[in-house]
Amino acid sequence: MEKMSRVTTALGSNAISGRTMFCHLDAPANAISVCRDATQVVVAGRNIFKIYALEEEQFVEKLNLRVGRKPSLNFSCADVMWHQMEENLLATAATNGAVVTWNLGKPSRNKQDQLFTEHKRTVNKVCFHPTEVYMLLSGSQDGFMKCFDLRKKESVSTFSGQSESVRDVQFSMKDYFTFAASFENGNVQLWDIRRPDRYERMFTAHTGPVFCCDWHPDDRGWLATGGRDKMVKVWDMTTNRAKEIYCVQTIASVARVKWRPERKFHLATCSMMVDHNIYVWDIRRPFIPFATFEEHKDVTTGIVWRHQHDPHFLLSGSKDSTLYQHMFKDATRPVDKANPEGLCFGLLGDLAFAAKESLITSDANRKPYPGGDRRYPMFFFKKPDPTEQFAHVSSALSVFETDLDSHRMDWFVKTAQLYLLSGKPFAELCDHNAKVAQELKRPQVSTTWTMLRIMFSDPANLATPGPNHNLGKLGTLPLMNSFSLKDLGSGMGAESRLERSKGESRQDNIHLEPGNSYISNNEENEETEGSEGHPEYMFGDAELDDDDLYSMEHDNQTEEQEYTLPQEAFQLRHEIVDNPSAPEHLQQDKADSPHVSGNEAEVTCLTPIESFSLISISQPLFSPHLPASFFCPIVREMLSYYAEQGDVQMAVSVLIVLGDRIRKEIDDLTQEHWYMSYIDLLQRFELWNVSNEVIKLSTCSAITCLNQTSTTLHINCSNCKRPMSNKGWICDRCHQCASVCAVCHHVVKGLFVWCQGCSHGGHLEHMMNWLKSSAHCPAGCGHLCEYT
Amino acid sequence: MSEQGVQVPRALASGPSAFIPAKEILKGGPNQDVLIESFLSLGRVDHISMVMAMHPAYLCCFLKTQHALLEMDGPLPRHWRHYIAVMAAARHHCSYLVQQHSAGYLEAGGEESWLSGLEHAPAKLRSLQTLNKLLAHRPWLITQQHIQELVCPGAEPRWSLAELIHAVVLMAHAHSLCSFVWGCGLNPEPDHIGGYTFQPPSLSHSPHSPAHSPAHEDGRHELADGAVEVEVLMKRMVELQQQQEEECTQEEMVTRFERERSESIPTAVVRGAPPDLVLRLVEEPEFRYEDFAPRGEQAPPTMRAQDYSWEDHGFSLLNRLLPDMGQLLDENFQIVCNLTYHRMAMHEGVDTHTLRKALWNYIHCLYGIRYDDYDYGSVNVLLERSLKVFVKTMACHPEQTTARIYHSFWRHFRHSEKVHANLIVMEARLQAALLYILRAITHYMR
Repeated sequence: MEKMSRVTTALGSNAISGRTMFCHLDAPANAISVCRDATQVVVAGRNIFKIYALEEEQFVEKLNLRVGRKPSLNFSCADVMWHQMEENLLATAATNGAVVTWNLGKPSRNKQDQLFTEHKRTVNKVCFHPTEVYMLLSGSQDGFMKCFDLRKKESVSTFSGQSESVRDVQFSMKDYFTFAASFENGNVQLWDIRRPDRYERMFTAHTGPVFCCDWHPDDRGWLATGGRDKMVKVWDMTTNRAKEIYCVQTIASVARVKWRPERKFHLATCSMMVDHNIYVWDIRRPFIPFATFEEHKDVTTGIVWRHQHDPHFLLSGSKDSTLYQHMFKDATRPVDKANPEGLCFGLLGDLAFAAKESLITSDANRKPYPGGDRRYPMFFFKKPDPTEQFAHVSSALSVFETDLDSHRMDWFVKTAQLYLLSGKPFAELCDHNAKVAQELKRPQVSTTWTMLRIMFSDPANLATPGPNHNLGKLGTLPLMNSFSLKDLGSGMGAESRLERSKGESRQDNIHLEPGNSYISNNEENEETEGSEGHPEYMFGDAELDDDDLYSMEHDNQTEEQEYTLPQEAFQLRHEIVDNPSAPEHLQQDKADSPHVSGNEAEVTCLTPIESFSLISISQPLFSPHLPASFFCPIVREMLSYYAEQGDVQMAVSVLIVLGDRIRKEIDDLTQEHWYMSYIDLLQRFELWNVSNEVIKLSTCSAITCLNQTSTTLHINCSNCKRPMSNKGWICDRCHQCASVCAVCHHVVKGLFVWCQGCSHGGHLEHMMNWLKSSAHCPAGCGHLCEYT
Repeated sequence: MSEQGVQVPRALASGPSAFIPAKEILKGGPNQDVLIESFLSLGRVDHISMVMAMHPAYLCCFLKTQHALLEMDGPLPRHWRHYIAVMAAARHHCSYLVQQHSAGYLEAGGEESWLSGLEHAPAKLRSLQTLNKLLAHRPWLITQQHIQELVCPGAEPRWSLAELIHAVVLMAHAHSLCSFVWGCGLNPEPDHIGGYTFQPPSLSHSPHSPAHSPAHEDGRHELADGAVEVEVLMKRMVELQQQQEEECTQEEMVTRFERERSESIPTAVVRGAPPDLVLRLVEEPEFRYEDFAPRGEQAPPTMRAQDYSWEDHGFSLLNRLLPDMGQLLDENFQIVCNLTYHRMAMHEGVDTHTLRKALWNYIHCLYGIRYDDYDYGSVNVLLERSLKVFVKTMACHPEQTTARIYHSFWRHFRHSEKVHANLIVMEARLQAALLYILRAITHYMR
């Protein structure tokens, strides 16, 4: 409030008002500048040079300065500046090297006043002296800065930077004689306008070009610079050596930087490439922009605060040919969107949680962490600064430990290690994985694998590898199975499901569809039934309870093929899914484990005593040949279900094994997300090999490229222990061949493999052969090397 | 071995270059270290390095860039990189580079069959063909659509942006290196086709005698004449530097630019068909650099250097997508732009800046890149016609370079100076191609 009152006094009677608004320009803008009383703005570019009046509701074109049938290159502007003292005076920097001044008071259409063609190359910047009417400074690509007295025909002094192109020149706001210049080679120089022979001071501010600099309007010693290295730095120039006092890291090269009026620590930046937004930073909070303006569709080329004492209006021009007035109150505040709470799971289920202290302390029930209060350490603490406009958040960190036994992740590790994801025919992979899941007592997963095999194998393929002779005989079997599934989605099946769901509570889709996986074709079960010749289809269940176990018998001896609609099974399915003790749930109770295992054993030896008779259709309504793609929607939802349940392992494994069969069905982002989560988990469990395999097998480009980054291996010479720079086999310093094969004692120039334990090694083939016959290291160090 | 009936091949070439006498190149001196390093890292010193070693500062940087492009971390597998370079070199019928990179490709574990024709390479690599073709001959035609076709989510096969940019830099690098190879008349390496023979050496007639440079043959009696030429050039340079720029209309400046761009320089020398080895790796071999139509007739759009420059835009984008590469290329460009020994032919202590600038801008002009702040009139003043013939041939149709073209320009300059000119052409061309493709990528990302 106090600030506001100061602003109004500064502005005097004619306080500015307005709203966020924009207008289309005819051409991309290169620079903009505003006149002193903040009522007009000039826009300059290669093909545009116009003055707009800033009205309450809109921009109004006042004047087109680009006149003549064939405008000369002098109109092609790289920069423009409106004099802050003399409101009829403008200066432009032309791409052909001319410096032009314009007098709006001229009666003719052509307002061109003076033309200086002293620079040999593009002029990047012009700058009027803040208090002196006739003094103009220019900085050019040719490495020179020139000072012009507008009453004379030519420059009064020339400053040679003795280095590369000048990118920006700025008169100091407070020191009458001083100006700063920034250069393409990363230097910033300070000059005294009276001494053109040499600079007062020079320092290297950035790596690569310094595109812009800006003096602090109030603090005489502060200079902000922005460079191609994506940094904004604030320098304190009052000391002997320029000292970097603040540094903001942005995401793209910084094209312009402008201090915000009336806010000591704020500055606005825009970028030259890629990023189109304008950011306002509080330099004390360099990690998150204080405010963002996101209106432009192409890079912003010019930013200027509308009035030198009003922090609420920002004007900007852009390559997208628009001119904007941004109201500060309409800016996005990234800090509001930033999540002040942090949550992270430890590997074994510990949970760390950081949140606003106010939130936490209100929770009286909170017990102190057993290992002492682990609330945030003191070094996070920062003295509150009243001028800072960031809301102060002090956070408390709590760690919740879990009971170790209840959250064992053994199954995850084992599964990851034992699953086969490639290298065998599809059906075998599924069978293998089903078996793995079975052994780990995860029947649902196991049956899912089996189902997948059936759904996606074509009948011919299925018949041959099937271990069960029944399967071989009854070629129609898989089709029938497919059929019952087809019913789910189409025609009758859908209707009956509708009817059914009337009587039930609404089921949500995610729960509904994956339930299909409960329709199982349990092979072992078939084995037991082998003598009867009745294949058995089970709608397996995790409960021991016999009532919940429905199996469906299909009589394949009848002449007309009989298909069965597994309607009851659906109802049942819901119960299963809703059952909290279903083994797939991550929040599995400790007590569940033995229960489930017993259950599993039971399931495998169950016989169809209690088969319910279901609706039978005596005529095949559908062609028995179903394309595998028919199941894709179901499988897709099944995968989402698993992922949702926290078993991203299953989702990814299935994704990889099914490969092209399902890949197109799931959008890339989701896939990427799953892959990332799974890989992250694997790496936390230090399952590097598996994680690598997954990365390799993934089809997302974002994932596969994980394997292509930082593949450099830095090695030290085995002789002098210093890093080897050039080639792996000879050391530059001691000129010794560093990598000698332990088997053949020759230099290894190609693949060098070495033991992680004793670090002896050699030619890949030699090591392979050696370790086939011997367990010990070939170097004779006695280490028991292992080659896998 | 020859006693056992094994034919022992004999290297044919008597030096790295057919244009430059071997003793000029192998003067030794301070550049030894670079060559030793290059030998250690490649296992040989190839002809490119030997010729470039005349400018050790550049060679150092060049090798670093090349190493980073082909061997260091990057999104593309190593054998792919070499294969892309092979594809690119084939466009300019440069059997030297094709063979060099084929060897690299096989060494990196590539499949031999790919080299027998493009149709054996994966579809993803083949999808680069259009870009390769445009980049080599008419980069100004590259638009964001070309990028989109390869990168957008629906594209099949799809390139990631990082992979694409890596491939693109490789291609541009190989194209411009072709210019250098042809422009310096590099002899095939001893193990290349045409680099060895099983014929015993005949004393009477050397089968592949290195072309004698006219400067050496008849340098004596032309010296007086030539000295005048150099004097004139120097005088002009000084004049240009001092001359107060006269006021020119935009019209006039454009005219000058267009005049340089469309000046007809006879470059089309009919050459024998390229070796089969190269031809089977090229699609549409008839697609070439096209002379810009004379003004008025639908001149292709000009790229304004002020709107998209390497320093401001190209570098940032490249560094974003392929970290370090931008830095390395930037160093290359800077070294080439600033390389000078302050001498010209027989004169010492000369500021050659204007001459180098004119060369650089002339090449960019041939590729349609225009600097607002450059007066293209000075190109005409500084670059004699024979030099223009050489530069244009090298930059646009490198495969048509002949010894005659090489020898007829700057007849009194040292060979090392001509190699310097070659380097400028090569890097300027590389930058021009990169600017076009990077601009297209920027537009795609927008």
